[in-house]
Amino acid sequence: MPTKGTVMSDVNRGNRPLSPHLTIYRPQWTSMSSILVRITGNALIVAALMIVWWFVAAASGPEAFATANGFVTSWFGDLVMTLSVLGLWYHLLGGLRHLVWDSGRMLDVDKSELAAQMMMVLSVLLTIFTVIVL
Amino acid sequence: MAFLTDRKRASGMGSAKTGTEHHWQMMVTSVALLVLTPLFIFTFGAILGSSYEEVIAYYQRPFPAVVAILTMLVGFFHYRLGVQTLIEDYVHGFARKAAIIGMICLSYAAAAFAIFAIVRIAL
Repeated sequence: MPTKGTVMSDVNRGNRPLSPHLTIYRPQWTSMSSILVRITGNALIVAALMIVWWFVAAASGPEAFATANGFVTSWFGDLVMTLSVLGLWYHLLGGLRHLVWDSGRMLDVDKSELAAQMMMVLSVLLTIFTVIVL
Repeated sequence: MAFLTDRKRASGMGSAKTGTEHHWQMMVTSVALLVLTPLFIFTFGAILGSSYEEVIAYYQRPFPAVVAILTMLVGFFHYRLGVQTLIEDYVHGFARKAAIIGMICLSYAAAAFAIFAIVRIAL
């Protein structure tokens, strides 16, 4: 039996160094792009639930559809949908970066930063393209 | 005399849960959504804003309907995994369990409503 504190399963809190406090931590391309992937992914629930409502209304009949469609295509609905397209393209590119990382590629800091910058530029370009096409 | 091995004592604590399966499911759904998301954006976006009759006729076609069904199914499963990670990072104690259970139920309910609706329109 190993003595306490010598196996990984022992809970040892107190003497460990704390991770950097976000409020005094210098923003970096890597951290900011990662946080944005999390924010966009979770914020997409709003547009997703609006789309579910739209489908359920369409299946329910013309009157229910008119209500849901009116909301989704209102100025507020348009704003949510357009921002969500931006969030969706950004999150998709972030997921692509994760898959590339998982394959052992582009893990160097400079390449991760380049990928972060490309995610931000490409997501805006893809959003503009989407808004123009649709 | 210790009856438990060190591995067994660690199992279930901290990160020693089902991280591998979670990560693998995230990878599979990510790859699927890499294809599904653009297809959904452009099929759903193309019909959004049309009349009721046009929408019903559109989603009676196999391709837009199956793209929408798969996107809702895989998308909400992907969300269910992602939101669990979010909750695990920021919420602690009983609230963590409650939030994870609540969001998993919301994800599956949303997927079920969407898929039922699309199938009903299509058939």
